[in-house]
Order: sequence, then C-alpha cells, then structure tokens
Amino acid sequence: MAQSQFWNDQRVENIIGNLLRAGVILAAAVVLAGGVLYVAKYGHQQPQYGVFHGEPSDLRSVSQITQQAISLHSRGLIQLGLLILIATPVARVAFSVMAFAAERDWLYVVVTLIVLAVLLYSLTST
Amino acid sequence: MATTEFTLLVAGGSFLAGLLGSLTGLGGGVIIVPLLTLLFGVDIRYAIGASLVSVIATSSGAAAAYLKEGYSNMRVGMFLEIATTIGAICGAYLATRIPTAAIAIIFGLVLLYSAWTSVAQPPELAAPDTGPFARLLRLDGHYPTPEGERAYHVTGVPAGFSLMWIAGVLSGLLGIGSGAVKVLAMDRAMRIPFKVSTTTSNFMIGVTAAASAGIYLRRGYLDPGMAMPVMLGVLAGALLGARILPGAKVRTLRIVFSIAISAVAIEMILQGVRGKI
Repeated sequence: MAQSQFWNDQRVENIIGNLLRAGVILAAAVVLAGGVLYVAKYGHQQPQYGVFHGEPSDLRSVSQITQQAISLHSRGLIQLGLLILIATPVARVAFSVMAFAAERDWLYVVVTLIVLAVLLYSLTST
Repeated sequence: MATTEFTLLVAGGSFLAGLLGSLTGLGGGVIIVPLLTLLFGVDIRYAIGASLVSVIATSSGAAAAYLKEGYSNMRVGMFLEIATTIGAICGAYLATRIPTAAIAIIFGLVLLYSAWTSVAQPPELAAPDTGPFARLLRLDGHYPTPEGERAYHVTGVPAGFSLMWIAGVLSGLLGIGSGAVKVLAMDRAMRIPFKVSTTTSNFMIGVTAAASAGIYLRRGYLDPGMAMPVMLGVLAGALLGARILPGAKVRTLRIVFSIAISAVAIEMILQGVRGKI
C-alpha cells in the first residue's frame, strides 16, 4: 500500500499547487520579456483597439506562435507567454488523470479525461 | 496617446482592478472589461480576450495557496468542470455570433447580479443527507476547522451541474470567472459549505477560462499588446490583495464598491442599448 500512501489527496494537492504556481511564474516572465521588447519597438505608435480587426494568422496557432517567439518577435513572445498560461490549467488536469489512476479511482480517471478532452478540443479546433 | 502611455495606464488600471477584485471577492474580470471598454474605448472583443487571460493567471496563482489549506474538494471541482468547460466553449462560440451590443447588455446584467451577491450573503444551508448522484460520485468531503475536521454532505447535483454550465457559458461569452454563479450553484443548489465552495470555485475558474481562451486565441481575439499589461497588472494586484486580505476590513469596501460597480453596470447596459459598444 506504499503507493496509495504516496499518492494521498493532500500530497497531490500540494504538487498541483506548485505546478500551477510554476506555470504562472513562467508565463508572466515570458510575457514581461516580450512586453519590454514590444514597448521598445512599438512604443511611439498609436494603439488601434477601438476597431476590431482580429489577429494575423501567425499569432493564432501554437506552431506559428512558437516560430515567432523563437525569432524573438515581441508580439510572438507575449503570445507564447499567454499560451504557457493557457496550458497551465490543462497540465493540471492531465496531472490529475495520472493522480486518480495511481489512486485506482477509475470513475474519476474517466471524469478527468472528459475534461481534458474538452480542453484539448478547444485548443485544436477552429 | 502612444502605445507606451497606453500600456502603462492599462497596467496601472489592471493592477487596481486585480487588487479590488481580490479584496471584494468579485474577481478582476468583472472590473477589467468595463474599464477597457468604457474608459479606454477598447473594442469589447479585445477586452474580453485580455480579461480571460488575466482570469487564468489569478485563479492559478491563488489556487496554489488555497490547495495547501485543504479546503477545496477536488472531486466536486473536477466533476463540475465537465459542465463549465463545455459551457465555456459554447460561450466562446456564442461571442463570435451575437452583436457586441448584446454582449454589453448581458455583461451589465451579470455585473449587477455579482454586485448584489457580494453584499447580500444569505446564511449557510447544510445538506441533511447525501443526494443520490452525490453518493454515486462520492462527492461528500470534510474540511479543517479550529475544532478539527468537519464532514459535510453534498446534494442537488443535477441543479448544480446545470447552473455550472450557465456559469461556463457566461465565462466564455464575457471573459469573466463567473464566481457569483459558481457560488450560487455550490452554496445554494449543492449545499456545500462556504469555505469549500469559494476555494473550489476559484480552482475551477482557471480551467474554465482556459477552455474559452483557446478558442479566443485561435479566432484572433487575443491581442498580445492588449493582453500583456492586463495580465501582468491584474496578477500583481491580485497577489497584493491576497496578501493584505486577512487583516483588511472589507465590509465597507464591499458596499461602496458594489454601488460603484452597479453604476458601471447600468452604463454598460445603456451603451449597449444605444448600440455604442
């Protein structure tokens, strides 16, 4: 029973808490770095948020955002930070699937997998 | 106004929104959207996208502290997240199909309701016994009190689940955490104790917002230049709020703030009716 003691609820909650905190800190750091570059580059221009025009396609999908961020484009870097932030609760749910499986709580493995499927659908559907 | 000034002003306003949202329990999202649309003249779709992102940040940031205290009920949260995430996707799709004026009016109404619930707190109702669905799903739990662990029953699962779907729709449509509706579902319908319902609700808000934020991102509603100062500002304000909250006297602040928020809500409804948003 050593395994089920290892995976008790309180321990799982602590790990999830740390996971969430790490994700938010990482996301904020990337957004801040992109933000500094962004203001340095576009700071003198006029912001145009009164009229909605939608983002260009290179700031909409995971692969394109990653490319933009790797080449240190400020807007791509911020968008990567936002993507990390969105991925943080998704990672939390994925971890919960494993934690419930380790507790042999199959009902909640199924419940959590449904939530995970809905989240992945929202990130990949158009 | 150039981008530098705009970014700094939005960051400052978002910091205040995060601080007040955390002190009053209303959350940053319900403040940030009116702030951006009414004060800064930002299109409501950009405002909602930026607000959603800040909601994920504050929820995830605060959840770490709450989880360690042992109040939240993971099974209740995970089961109800099925309803909130599906609702959030419905809300995000709805946001692309209905006119922005209608979004502004619905936002105003939800804002009025949130302001009301932050002041009027009805007494806690304990469930006498476990409901049939709650028994099947093993939702009963216990939480720490100064006198030791206290057990509680959960009931009203179908009603709570339906209300949670509505909370998800509103979250995806309006870019807010929908804390007020989540608490309605858990406190009133499912009879879960306050301490447990508020912390579990906070825990769920991030997952719910992530479901709709994914759709906003893919639809081009998430503008990096707009979301950056909002996310950083709200997060910093909420963290400061969580730190000073234990010693703060928030009753008066809540009442004053609820009146102010109600005025903002009416302004949003009027602007929506006149078709100016």
